[in-house]
Amino acid sequence: MTKRQKRMMAVALLVVGLGVAAALGFTAFRKNMMYFYTPSDLVAQSVPEGAKLRLGGLVEVGSLKRGEGLLVDFTLADCKQAVPVRYDGILPDLFREGQGIVATGSLDTEGRFVADEVLAKHDENYMPPDLAASLMGPDGKHACEPFKSVTQAAVQS
Amino acid sequence: MIPELGHFALWAALVVAVLQTVLPIIGVRRGNARLMATASSAAQAQFLMILISYACLTWAFVTRDWSVSYVAANSHSELPLMYRISAVWGAHEGSMLLWVLMLTGWGCAVSVFNRKLPTDLTATALGVLGALSIGFMLFMLLTSNPFAREFPVPLDGRDLNPLLQDPGLIIHPPMLYMGYVGFSVAFAFAIAALISGRLDAAWARWTRPWTTAAWLFLTMGITLGSWWAYHELGWGGWWFWDPVENASFMPWLIGTALIHSLAVTEKRGLLKAWTVLLAILAFALSLLGTFLVRSGVLVSVHAFATDPARGVFILIFLCVVLGSAFSLYAWRAPKLVQQGEITLFSREGLLLLNNVFLVVAAAAVLIGTLYPLAIDALNAGKVSVGPPYFNAIFLPLTAPLAVLVGLAAVVGWKRGRVKDVVRQLRWPLLVAVVAAIALPYLIGEQARILALAGGFLGIWVLVTAVQEVWRRARSRRDPWQGLRQVPRSVWGMTLAHLGLGLFIVGMTFVSLYSIERDVRLGPGQSAELEGYTFYFRAVEHHVGPNYDADRGIVEVERKGRVIAQLHPEKRLYRAQQMVMTDAAVDHNPLRDLYVAMAEPLENGDWALRLYYKPMMRLVWLGGVVMTLGGLLAISDRRYRLRPTTAPAPAIGGAA
Repeated sequence: MTKRQKRMMAVALLVVGLGVAAALGFTAFRKNMMYFYTPSDLVAQSVPEGAKLRLGGLVEVGSLKRGEGLLVDFTLADCKQAVPVRYDGILPDLFREGQGIVATGSLDTEGRFVADEVLAKHDENYMPPDLAASLMGPDGKHACEPFKSVTQAAVQS
Repeated sequence: MIPELGHFALWAALVVAVLQTVLPIIGVRRGNARLMATASSAAQAQFLMILISYACLTWAFVTRDWSVSYVAANSHSELPLMYRISAVWGAHEGSMLLWVLMLTGWGCAVSVFNRKLPTDLTATALGVLGALSIGFMLFMLLTSNPFAREFPVPLDGRDLNPLLQDPGLIIHPPMLYMGYVGFSVAFAFAIAALISGRLDAAWARWTRPWTTAAWLFLTMGITLGSWWAYHELGWGGWWFWDPVENASFMPWLIGTALIHSLAVTEKRGLLKAWTVLLAILAFALSLLGTFLVRSGVLVSVHAFATDPARGVFILIFLCVVLGSAFSLYAWRAPKLVQQGEITLFSREGLLLLNNVFLVVAAAAVLIGTLYPLAIDALNAGKVSVGPPYFNAIFLPLTAPLAVLVGLAAVVGWKRGRVKDVVRQLRWPLLVAVVAAIALPYLIGEQARILALAGGFLGIWVLVTAVQEVWRRARSRRDPWQGLRQVPRSVWGMTLAHLGLGLFIVGMTFVSLYSIERDVRLGPGQSAELEGYTFYFRAVEHHVGPNYDADRGIVEVERKGRVIAQLHPEKRLYRAQQMVMTDAAVDHNPLRDLYVAMAEPLENGDWALRLYYKPMMRLVWLGGVVMTLGGLLAISDRRYRLRPTTAPAPAIGGAA
């Protein structure tokens, strides 16, 4: 091979390699990208069963029920809608009723959200920014009467 | 009074930094040696000023001066002294001061150790460092002054974030910052080389120890961070692909690539423009990491309190620094001619391949980290990219790297001969295959394809690293003498590669064979995990200096014998009323047993999290060994030789 041919070979190899890498990356991306939903989004849009997503909301006061072992059921709500959530595992240290959390998981056949991870921030005034933004009305405020900590948290964030 | 002194010293340092930038550059333009020489004195004076300023802030913490609002926000009267000292870098303002302390410290070190460099090169590099510190000091003084006072003076501080009250956190941020900031030296040298147009083997040899030094600190910092997250966050994970972790990992990848391409530039005078680009990129990613962490655009355990003004300032600073660096590069890099050709099957060709993989891996991490931000900025929804993405893309990209490590060591410079390579690598290959099959049985597990592959790659790296030293020892008649004559840079390289091999083995096994169980146990009950029985004996109350805790007593039995008693804690930090989980771990090189108290349930029952993690320690041991390798490499005599007289040695030296 001449030098020129060699160089063309190298360039071709590089292009093929990059293409493969890009294709791999793109599929990995598509598969692992999770969208953020609020309870209202989840009720309004038809999300296919089993699709992975993140659900952010406030744990409704008085909704937490413990089952056998570590099973817990609670309701995650925003100002308008509420979604039942089931989780089998250990809740984070800062999980409390009335507090904003983000759960990762998917919907089951009964329209219940089955979480495989629950995150609460290590700060009692914390509200996930995604959630705070989505709860905010056009006037920059929101009135969620049932959740006192909501207004408080929104002021802070 | 003392805080005002600190504040004043900060302003004084800013003035000195301006001088450090302006005078040497005028000196270089006019060829005035006296003006150029001011760079060194300015760098030392600036370091002294910042040191004073830093000492003042530490003093305010030690004496519990609540009138300083940063102290009040991050300390408490009950906080132990050790944590009062480390609280200085516990939040944004103070850690910025630590950052600047290190930046000026590196500048001072350059001015001391590089006296033998051509003066114009040192002067330009120090000028660049001065310009960088102007940016950071302005940032501090304008948006985040750590010495701001608070009136009325609060009665007590609001306490340091309990997450940060841990020995790992005392040293993790300084190490990480030393690494981040350390790349500024390579950056400054790269800019100086572009400006002067001189980029030769001598330049590469000056830059190498600085790059390796920054890299070893970053390695240690990341390792410590991983270790801290493991036992402090209570999740038992050691790497989460959290955006902030990625922010430290990307400069590490590029820094590793830079170390290797510098070797090629020094030995063969090739890849010059590429090396300079990597030096710029490594620092660019360090700056980007700072931006991500400080600006509050990220949601993460690490993210600092948000303030839009800070984000905007850093973004502008980032654009100015990188914009000018890349413009300079585009303008001057074409002039960096390389001598000679590069063939793929040669040491330098394989090192280039290693660089390609490292850079692509860093790019993949970058995309995964920035994509959600871009989507959010375009108002196209809120997305997050999970660890599966990073694992799916990162592992296939790095596996070839492990193969290359062993291969490149036996392929000669300029042109390798396939026959020699095959002859030298048969034994390592055989050893790696046998050991990979044996490893799963060592921990009593079924072999799996991925475990075999990971084990093979790890052992392959280990064996070929040892072989390098072995070959050098055997080349002498007396092996001991041969061994003693192995230069430190080669020992350093060998250790770094050994560390990589240990890490690969550890990572493979801990990822594939870890077992996690969340259980509900009452006092007296027990749970089984991988042949270990965990007895939950009791919960007792424990009062710490600034927290109250429920402390569990868990006994671990194996084959009827008690092998460990563990004391996981659930702590309530009094000042912030914050609950924290402190996990307890029993470890040996082959496995970790991990117990965390999760939450109290009814009738004295607790939710406990139990883990069995084989070879967990190897992951961090690998990081430590890599760091030691870096230390050995920079202590090599060849970097201390008078650079103007010493020709590049033909043999020896790390690659």
